Amino acid sequence: MFVLRRQRERGNRRRAILLLCCSAYALSCSGGAPRTQRHCAEPTGVVQVASGIYVRHGRAAVVFEGDEIANIGFIVGERCVAVIDSGGSVAEGAALDCAIRQKTDRPVCYVINTHVHPDHLLGNEAFQGPGVEFIGHAKLPRALALRGDLYLERASAYEKRELNDSVIVFPHRTVADFVELDIGGRILIVRAHPSAHTDNDLSVVDRNTGTAFLGDLVFLEHLPVIDGSINGWISELEAIAGESFDRVVPGHGPVNVPWPSVVTPTARYLTDLRRDVRKRIAAGEGLVSAQDGIRPPRAGDWVLLDRYHRRNVGAAYAELEWED
Amino acid sequence: MTTHPAGFVSFSSQVRRAMVMLAFLIPTVGGATTVEEDMVWTGGLRQALFGDRAITESDELIVLDVPARAEDAAIVPVSITAQVPQTDERYIKTIYLLIDKNPGPLAATFRFTQASGRADLAFRVRVNAYSPVRAIAETNNGELFMSRRFIKASGGCSAPAASDLDAAMARLGRIKLKTGDVARTAHPNSVQLMISHPNLSGLQMDQLTQLYAPAHFVRQIKVSFDDEEVFSADTSFAISENPSFKFFFVPDRAGELTAEVSDTKNQFFSQTLQVHTEGDKELVAN
Repeated sequence: MFVLRRQRERGNRRRAILLLCCSAYALSCSGGAPRTQRHCAEPTGVVQVASGIYVRHGRAAVVFEGDEIANIGFIVGERCVAVIDSGGSVAEGAALDCAIRQKTDRPVCYVINTHVHPDHLLGNEAFQGPGVEFIGHAKLPRALALRGDLYLERASAYEKRELNDSVIVFPHRTVADFVELDIGGRILIVRAHPSAHTDNDLSVVDRNTGTAFLGDLVFLEHLPVIDGSINGWISELEAIAGESFDRVVPGHGPVNVPWPSVVTPTARYLTDLRRDVRKRIAAGEGLVSAQDGIRPPRAGDWVLLDRYHRRNVGAAYAELEWED
Repeated sequence: MTTHPAGFVSFSSQVRRAMVMLAFLIPTVGGATTVEEDMVWTGGLRQALFGDRAITESDELIVLDVPARAEDAAIVPVSITAQVPQTDERYIKTIYLLIDKNPGPLAATFRFTQASGRADLAFRVRVNAYSPVRAIAETNNGELFMSRRFIKASGGCSAPAASDLDAAMARLGRIKLKTGDVARTAHPNSVQLMISHPNLSGLQMDQLTQLYAPAHFVRQIKVSFDDEEVFSADTSFAISENPSFKFFFVPDRAGELTAEVSDTKNQFFSQTLQVHTEGDKELVAN
């Protein structure tokens, strides 16, 4: 953490210097080459889901066993671009940045991290630069402090190279309740949720198009993973059900499932799991016995059942054994 | 070995990362134990804890059970099953649980008595990396037996840290102590002890701001039945958040089972449970 913080401060100083240079550059040259002309490797599978809203589709895999796992995206405003999650590596972040350059010459002004998991935010460093503000849940800094080193270690092992601490980018602005971000001609509502998928979940809603990026509050195909609170998550999904969106981008899975049925598989999996785990705890069964006994849901709806279902039973058990 | 050699093999994150880097330079041969796997044990851990004493590596005294792959590095279930009963002539006095590649390899030291009945144990640990896990039992005669397993920690997004720290802090120190409704005298009866505690390692703390999570974990546990000790433990932050232990004791009468717990901030928590036996069933009915 020590190193991390120093690095961060160095980063900030670097930003300040860069900012000076750029302003000077802008003054002297009144704008450089259009950003769209730069060569870069655009990722495949970036689709427009609504006017000015793009999603790079993820492919379900276990973190650090695959690339491009999460759904990440960006929203183009008249003034600037908001990135919503940066992907699982700096390369993925850079590829998303490239996709942005192909679609617009507006600069990136916000990177919104929907939560701490590495498949969503290890691309952050690719967007570091003057005028880019990183936004996260009020509890994201603590989660990053607790896990950052471990994520670096695992990412280094996966990418087979030693990653620098600067890969872990702490939010510049945190959200405890909600904020509105004006990116020009459209307002984004960024909302902090109580402990659910993690204890630092954010969602982003674009009012103009009624599009909601719900992060990992909603999973499709990829089995939901409990890393916050099963009770909190179920309540949060119930609360969200009272709202109305024109479309939802889940953290994982297809982006064309209509509201509100997009939420149903996650909600059903969690409520079934909670019912089963409560039953086992009431019967005096231990953790391992509950993990052995509670069968996963049918394979048609989900992948990665063999990797995450037992884990979810364990996480739910550890939470629910303290009920009453 | 009553106190912990805390931080006795302590790795900085840089060293740990270097070890990870090293890991893909050294190929693992088949499923067999490799020299690299046991590096921590052979390179000092064994000597520091047990000196030159003979250790029998076999499952004849105790059997250690851990999942081959830890789906959740923060909650890895561990069970230890004794292959012999606790008799006056020969009983398991101490069980050491070691996770070689954790920042502090000695996860816990558990002590049993004849009144434990069976030196069986179930609890949950945090596992930082692919690592050997060892349960080493010491008998009252001073023999040492080791049951060894290897565990693969996986599921990259899970970290051996609290998932909901605020919830854990809000409930800090609450203890649940459970047995069956009616205890069977002269038989080992199972007890579950649950302690609400975040069990923070402090390893991830931001040294400059002290903003996040300083070390704060359960250090000692003592369980007695009418003042006679039946089970005790010295524990570290390798024990999962909200520590939970299942063990046995043999009551010879109705009485009081008391758990006393202290943590690294010298906070003290306790809980007492009335144990009823077949002889006083009426009490339970009331």
